[in-house]
Amino acid sequence: MKKDIILAGVGGQGILSIATIIGEAAIADNLYIKQAEVHGMSQRGGDVQSNLRLASSPIASDLIPKGGADIIISLEPMEALRYLPYLKQDGWIVTNSVPFINIDNYPDTEALYARLNALPQVVMLNVEQLAKEAGAPLQAANMVLLGAAIPMLGIEAEKIKAGVERIFSRKGADVVAKNLAALQAGIDNSIK
Amino acid sequence: MAMKRLLLGDEAIALAALHAGLSGVYAYPGTPSTEITEFIQLQQARRSEGEPVVHCRWASNEKTAMEAALGMSYMGKRAMVCMKHVGMNVAADAFVNSAMTGANGGLVVVAADDPSMHSSQNEQDSRFYGKFALIPTFEPSSQQEAYDMTRYAFEFSERFQIPVLMRITTRMAHSRAVVELAEQRLQNECSTPQRPRQWILLPANSRIRYNTLLEEQALFEKDAEESQYNRLIDGADKSKAIVACGIAYNYLMENYPKGCPYPVLKLSQYPLPKQLVEQIVAQGVKQIIVMEEGQPVVEEQLRALVPSTIDIAGRLTGLLPRAGELNPDCVRKALGLEALATYDAEPLVAPRPPALCQGCGHRDMYNALNEVAREYPSPRVFADIGCYTLGAMPPFRAIDTCVEMGASITMAKGAAEAGQHPSFAVIGDSTFTHSGITGLLDCVNAKANVVIVISDNLTTGMTGGQDSAGTGRLEAICEGVGVEKEHIRVVVPLPKNMEQIKQILREEIAYEGVSVVIPRRECIQTLKRHAKQQKK
Repeated sequence: MKKDIILAGVGGQGILSIATIIGEAAIADNLYIKQAEVHGMSQRGGDVQSNLRLASSPIASDLIPKGGADIIISLEPMEALRYLPYLKQDGWIVTNSVPFINIDNYPDTEALYARLNALPQVVMLNVEQLAKEAGAPLQAANMVLLGAAIPMLGIEAEKIKAGVERIFSRKGADVVAKNLAALQAGIDNSIK
Repeated sequence: MAMKRLLLGDEAIALAALHAGLSGVYAYPGTPSTEITEFIQLQQARRSEGEPVVHCRWASNEKTAMEAALGMSYMGKRAMVCMKHVGMNVAADAFVNSAMTGANGGLVVVAADDPSMHSSQNEQDSRFYGKFALIPTFEPSSQQEAYDMTRYAFEFSERFQIPVLMRITTRMAHSRAVVELAEQRLQNECSTPQRPRQWILLPANSRIRYNTLLEEQALFEKDAEESQYNRLIDGADKSKAIVACGIAYNYLMENYPKGCPYPVLKLSQYPLPKQLVEQIVAQGVKQIIVMEEGQPVVEEQLRALVPSTIDIAGRLTGLLPRAGELNPDCVRKALGLEALATYDAEPLVAPRPPALCQGCGHRDMYNALNEVAREYPSPRVFADIGCYTLGAMPPFRAIDTCVEMGASITMAKGAAEAGQHPSFAVIGDSTFTHSGITGLLDCVNAKANVVIVISDNLTTGMTGGQDSAGTGRLEAICEGVGVEKEHIRVVVPLPKNMEQIKQILREEIAYEGVSVVIPRRECIQTLKRHAKQQKK
């Protein structure tokens, strides 16, 4: 088993908690893991990404080669496209559809969607809306996205759920339940 | 079964130091080194009664950090100093001379380099400092090695009575992997140095010590030759060999998942182990490719070491890019392997640079400064290192320079003395206490005609909100240095105070002498965090 994942978003959106949960589940699954993160200046509203690599044998590089990523998981549609050169030809993009516009020259969103939909394997969801419908707060939107990526991850949904429970258990049963509901909304709205 | 933990490279170093019986970590925050000290601070905050105390308060700058660590080492205890690469420039005086004094308790200096300048103003390679100071240098290739080598570095430092440099780069510092942990070692008891004379660096002592330091280089090199972290890996194809330093080894192996066909020298400990290089040469290779993160430190040394019939290729020859960090792709190209099929970069994607947070006090400070500056024909703003460097970006475009920690005040002084008026300095509170105070004293002594804005957000913001050394005492510091009380002006940077701030700036521009204006409002990131903590 070998999965190379690029997590993308804008500084402050919470891509690292997605990485933490996948990492937890991967370790529980006895997989090797490497996860390169971005700290420092770009966290101030700039583009951020994390390279997450999972495999059943030791992993050499902390960085994913161009053309090597199995999945891009993005909390922002333009940010999903930023890492397109890293995606395998038959790789998946799982992205939030809601743009985060903090720059003047943000592209036309219709053109952005058209480009994304022209790619062979894309799941694009309004994760904020889905989180709301699941009765979860906006901060749990990243769990919807994570749920939507589960079919491509190669890790069983139960193990990801256990990861969510462990990560959020400190914050109480209610927070765990809402995050699990958000996760389920993602699973239900992804590919079967 | 051994304990395992998922750790950042930075955290692996921190935990290894704690497990190695560390008594003090001394550091100033700087990406990508900050998490080392933060990890130790967190461990200490959760320390239960009876667990050993480790000194871990932030230092004012890298030089004071290095000196305090040297003092702890003098007393026989284990100390660590952590900084980003440019911090080495600040600590350099103490660092280079610490090779002359030597160490008593294990002394490990961690320099985190930032090739590709993700969060820095240059990409200097700290291995040069190790070589320059004649200090042995370690460069781990994995998080596990970062843990193991940090422990080994403390032992090495005590065995050879010499400080040791641990050089890492961004991808080691900020990448996580599972690390297997070893047992906890007790802290050292106090002791005094075995060779006390070399701690008094009078010329007569230094001349003797310099010779022993030079002689000891052979011991350091022998250790590097026998080190488990430096090894020659055989390859069937002897047409070329590869020297892979630190994490460059990972990018090499990424491209040869079934093993590299060429002989490989994996290098993680310096001085350069010449015998291992000679073993490569003896295999009759025609070319040696040098892969190293940062500057061509090893490549240059190899040129002087191997016969000229062997082609040396690397960053100097253009086989690998001269600038920027290595990655699997540029290494793949250098190996002559075919690139993977890729999608083209998407032209729709716009750059999304970092920006000052909405609601940040620096924003209000720049709005006022820009409006006042516009009233003069040729204003100049000399800024500094911190979040407020983002004032260079639109919509502010408020600053003319940003060079290194503290340069704002002294450059504004030099410019004023060259005839610039008004000559502004913009510096943050933490940068001011790091390296601005001495420059302010120069201004006072020269009665320089400058307006110094100390934008005080009560924290070290850019690196994530660490304690700032002068919080609550900035006016007292300025007054103590000799700035006249009536020209130390404190304002609250909020839109509603705009007219007042502008008026104060105008008054201080009109004053011929040193003015300090302190816009003070808490960083909104730390404000949010403090509000959350209070709710709990």
